[in-house]
Amino acid sequence: MIITIASGKGGTGKTTVAASLAISLAAEQPPPPLFLDCDVEAPNAHLFLHPKLDKQQDVALLIPSVDETRCTHCGKCAEVCQYHAITVLGQKTLVFPQLCHGCGSCAALCPEKAITEIPNRMGILEHGLGRDGVAFARGVLNLGEPMAVPVIRHLLAWAQPASGQVVLRDASPGTSCPVVATIRGSDYLLLATEPTPFGLHDLRLAAQVAAKLGIPAGVIINRENSPYPDMDAFCAEKRLPVLLRIPFKRAIAEGVAQGKTLLDIHPEYGDCFRQVFRHISRRL
Amino acid sequence: MRIVLTSTSPGLEAAIDPRFGRADYFLVVDIDTLEWEVHTNLGANAAGGAGIKAAQCIFNFNVAAAISGEFGPNAFDALQAAGIAMYRYGDCRTASQAIERFKVGQLEKIGAPTRQGHHGRG
Repeated sequence: MIITIASGKGGTGKTTVAASLAISLAAEQPPPPLFLDCDVEAPNAHLFLHPKLDKQQDVALLIPSVDETRCTHCGKCAEVCQYHAITVLGQKTLVFPQLCHGCGSCAALCPEKAITEIPNRMGILEHGLGRDGVAFARGVLNLGEPMAVPVIRHLLAWAQPASGQVVLRDASPGTSCPVVATIRGSDYLLLATEPTPFGLHDLRLAAQVAAKLGIPAGVIINRENSPYPDMDAFCAEKRLPVLLRIPFKRAIAEGVAQGKTLLDIHPEYGDCFRQVFRHISRRL
Repeated sequence: MRIVLTSTSPGLEAAIDPRFGRADYFLVVDIDTLEWEVHTNLGANAAGGAGIKAAQCIFNFNVAAAISGEFGPNAFDALQAAGIAMYRYGDCRTASQAIERFKVGQLEKIGAPTRQGHHGRG
């Protein structure tokens, strides 16, 4: 079973929720879950799960390299590239590696066979055992590299679960391509939100993504200090069950700031998260 | 000498468009005769690489210089490879104003990108 934790809005407690769910399941559910930190632009789940990273692999995208001695500057490569990653200006053919999606069309269509594809390292995958036996893997995108999706795709293909192992994917904030790449193929989407207009606005967007992808979703409302009827009304209207409400408490904020999960701060959260998991299991 | 300016509408009295890759129009002007032609920027809504597409388009206009507000890193590399000089509008408001200043060498010629890339972040 694959559960993705996403949010729309950043800073609503996705990773806190995901790590707490992982530790709660590790105590009861053999084998302990596989946790995938898919927020490759700013991975932070290691702060909660403390993995001993002992396996690594580079992620590279194949980008064009032009042999100027063979190139006739006919422009076929530039014509086919919808990302404008290769362009022909008079007697020069230029490649813009950061725009290249690695599709290989330019190399395949070059009539002079002047283009070869060379690997362009854009990030790294890491794997290791985290606390409480949680299996952990993450992708890390190189600084300044604009495209996160290839790293996420490689991570999902690389870190395969054992038979019967629950997979938890921690998504990046927002609802753009990296989030869609993380959610795709999941069985359930857990949306962490906060009871503010910003939280609700982005929850709406995230719920639309879930609906478009046809993935059942539920909501966890974090930092709830007072009722926010608009959010409950939205969840009721969209039939999004509110699976857990986490109060806005100083003790929780202090604990999370020290890298503690919710059940390290209040042990009863272990049962809360296992209930959330049982609800999801029944739903599927 | 032919040059290209980014503008928000056709004509020499057009207001300038400070964006290069995502400008509304490319105004091609012969600065000696003031004859002009206008081209809609077909790449204004490109998902990415708008500056490169614009440079490729401008290359075919056979111009010696381009005037705009900002040139990002990709547009800069492409225009430089194409041998097209780049100038900034500064506080010019219309195309004709910029042409006058260009003629007397009062526009800033740039030798490096004027801003960071957008990388799909608008």
